[in-house]
Order: sequence, then structure tokens, then C-alpha cells
Amino acid sequence: MKNSLIEPQEIPSQGSDILNASFKRRSFLQYAGAGLAGVALIAAGCKKEQVSHDMGEGVDLGSGDIGILNYAYALEQLEAAFYAAVIQNPYANMPANELALLTDIRDHELAHREFFKAALSTKAIPALEVNFSSINFSSRDSVLGTAKVFEDLGVSAYNGAGKLIQSKEYLLLAGKIVSVEARHAALIRDLLENGSFANSEVIDMNGLDKARTPKEVLTMAQSFIKTTINASSLPS
Amino acid sequence: MNIVNILEEIEKVDAEVYERLNPRRAAMKQFFNFGSKVAVAAVPLALGSMFKKAYGQTSTAVAVEEVLNFALTLEYLEYYFYQKGADTAGLIPAGSPAVGAINTIRDHEQAHVNLLKTAITGLGKTPVAFTAGQFDYTAKGTFPTVFSNYPTFLAVAQAFEDTGVRAYKGQAGNLIGTPGVLQTALQIHSVEARHASHIRQMRKAPAGGGVSALKPWITGANDSGVPQVDPVYKGEDNLIQGGVNITSLGFSTNASTEAFDEPLTMAEVKAIAGLFIR
Repeated sequence: MKNSLIEPQEIPSQGSDILNASFKRRSFLQYAGAGLAGVALIAAGCKKEQVSHDMGEGVDLGSGDIGILNYAYALEQLEAAFYAAVIQNPYANMPANELALLTDIRDHELAHREFFKAALSTKAIPALEVNFSSINFSSRDSVLGTAKVFEDLGVSAYNGAGKLIQSKEYLLLAGKIVSVEARHAALIRDLLENGSFANSEVIDMNGLDKARTPKEVLTMAQSFIKTTINASSLPS
Repeated sequence: MNIVNILEEIEKVDAEVYERLNPRRAAMKQFFNFGSKVAVAAVPLALGSMFKKAYGQTSTAVAVEEVLNFALTLEYLEYYFYQKGADTAGLIPAGSPAVGAINTIRDHEQAHVNLLKTAITGLGKTPVAFTAGQFDYTAKGTFPTVFSNYPTFLAVAQAFEDTGVRAYKGQAGNLIGTPGVLQTALQIHSVEARHASHIRQMRKAPAGGGVSALKPWITGANDSGVPQVDPVYKGEDNLIQGGVNITSLGFSTNASTEAFDEPLTMAEVKAIAGLFIR
């Protein structure tokens, strides 16, 4: 049972140093956050020298609770990089209220990412490289449409991962984050179509939000992530 | 909901779950086949029956029943609130999107009531029962215009939704031993958060009160503009998560509190709900 978030003895067998050794730092995409003057936020840092699609290759999330936390860290990295890019390069005629709301969301996602990074410490996976080539950042529809996908996906990911967590402390932390993601999801949906905050696309007849397994979530997220993610050691 | 996965999860903490559920593995396989065909709506019932047989009167069953009846009380509180609001002529601006939004939220709360009742009955326990008349939405006179003044109605709605989010969050840890129930609770939890986000946006609109500083997320302790609901937001200004001070990572105090919602204990929630129960 893990009682502390930061406990070096719990390093899983796949040490991140070993992983890092197989990576070569090649490119950095740096997004300077407007609300975080002077802090350069690394959205993507490491690129695999040789991409392999073999099973067992890629960035290993690890096992047990640490694996689930790294899974959450991976998703938060994706969201943070996305919103950093949105604020870096706002779509045409972004209204002031939308800029304020999206800047808030960016800050929340960056806070989630940096929290997981700090909490996981030496057990954290490296920075992932994102692939936003399918997103048109100058188009409101493209940006908000992608935000909707990411937020609904994030909610379903935490909802599905909760039962895989063994520690009460980690479960509570996941709970503290998922409801903020749900607040984001509802807002983004309302920006696209007022009143769609909890429509039948996401809420079933029992009044339940979606829950997805890590495999389902990563399959959906992988097209936005260049780095191969290996979730084979995650609890299921 | 995959019943086989749920059983595999339970097996990790209780290696004898299959024996508890049924000493004959062949019979369990029959159940799996049944489970794969059963309608989604019937799953809580099937789950409840299984746990009743498996765990009977053990502490796990009692704790789960307590959490579910606690949740059911809150869902009744919310459901009758929106029902009465929707039924009160002239309260919600006719012809505005607010009508659809309130109906959507009411329908979700009603679905939660029905789901929880079914699950508790399935556990072999008795669901708490409330009628509309048992609730006093003026909170003993604190909100006398709750059903005659639309902004007041929305202010109380926000308090209920944010309380609901905090209540489910606070109980998640007590459901670790029952993964299926935990997941269902989490799936309700995020719906309440979606509601809270939308109600907050409704309050920002001029007709809803024009509370322009309000955001879809909770900023600091009690951003509602309603000092009477301070207990709903107690502790929401927490900056420390898992031993990490979020402001030390370079974030503003506001962003640090907004990025993490906080739980309430069952006792704290009961004290809030109690104000609205006759």
C-alpha cells in the first residue's frame, strides 16, 4: 500500500533513467504561458530516435498505482500542451470571455501536469511529444471541437481508472481532478452549443457519465501523441 | 460495465470472491453469460444481489449501504428541488434555454434516484424514502424567495451541485472494496460537476443574476456571492495536494484552488443537507 506520493523506494523496475537513455533530446517546442511570465513550459521535449511499434516498446507507464498516475500524467501532458498552443496562437477574433476561460483551463491543465510531475518525481515518465497536425488552431470550431474531445475523454479516463487505484489518497487526488475536467467539459460543450453540457452524447439513461478503460482512452489519444505509450503493465 | 472485470478486480483484494459468490465455478460462468446479455438498467440490481449473497452482513456491505443511502438522500434533495422549480409558473424564464437546462438536470437527478434505489434494494437493504414535502428549500427561512426569484433559485442550485460534487468525492475512498459501485459513484460525480459548471454559467447571465465574477470552476473559498452557503465551500481554498503546494510550481493562488476540487465529509454534507430537510 502506498501511503506517500513521494517515496523513492517504490520505483518500479522500469526505471525512468533507463528509458531516458533510449531517448535523444532533439527538439523542444516551448510555449511561454501568458499567465506564467518567464516560465518556459515544455510541451514536448524528447523524441524517440527509432520508433518501434513492437509490444513492450515505447514509454512504459509502469504498474500498480504508479502506472495509473503516469497514465493520468500522460493525459494531462496532452491537454496542457494543447491549451498552451491555443493561448499561444488564439483563433481569429477570440472573444475576451473565451480567452479568459481558455486561459484558466490552460492554467488548470498545466497545474495538473506539473503536480503529477512533482508528485511522481523519479517515477514520472518523460515528456511526451505531441502531434497536433490534425488541429487547425486558427479555427474556433477545430479548437473547441478538439477541446471537447479531450475533456470528455479525460473525464471518462478518470472515471474508468478510479477502480484500478489501490490507495485511498491517490483515488481522492484523481477525484479532485476529474470534477474539474468535467467542469471544463461542460463549459467547452456550452461554448460550442449552449445546453449541451451533459447531453445524451455523454450521459446515459441512468444519468451516468462515460467511463473508459486505459486501453480505450490511449487508443483514442494516441493519434495526438507521437511518442509510443506502452500501457501493458497497467492494472486492468 | 463489464461484470467479469469487476470480479477480477475484487479477486485482487479478496482472493475468495468466486467462492463467496458461488462455490461452483460452473455456475459462475452461467452468471457471466447472463451478465453479458443483461440490460444496462438491470446491472445495479444484479450487482446488488451478488454482493448481498457474497458479503451478507459484513462491514463492507454496511459501509456501501450507508454511502448509497447518503447519496440517495442528496439525489432526492436535488430532484425535488428541480422538479418544483420546473413546475413553478413564471420562475424559469419561459422560452429561454434555461428551461431545457433545468429539465435536463432534473432528469439526471431523477435517474440517479432510481439507480441508487435499485442498487440499495439489490443489496437487500432499504432505500431511504423522501417525499417533496419533506424538504424545505427556504432552508428554514434563509432563502424565502427560492421559488419566486430566479437568481435565488439558481444560487441554491449552485450550492446543491457543488455540494453534490464534494459529497461523492468524499465517499470514493469508502467504496474501494466494491469497484463496480465505486465506478458508478464516479460516473455520477462527474455529472454533478457538469451540472455545477452550467448552473454557474447561468448565474453569470443577466437574467440569472449577473454574477459576472463567477466561473464554471470554484475559485477560493465560497465564490458564490452568497455568504449563507459558506459551509458548502469550506476548504475549497486548499493549495496543498499530495504534499505539493501548487503555488510553489509557479501557479497563481486562484488557478491553484480552481484546478483541484475538494471533498466534504459525510458529516459536513449531512449538516448542509439537514438545513433543507424538515
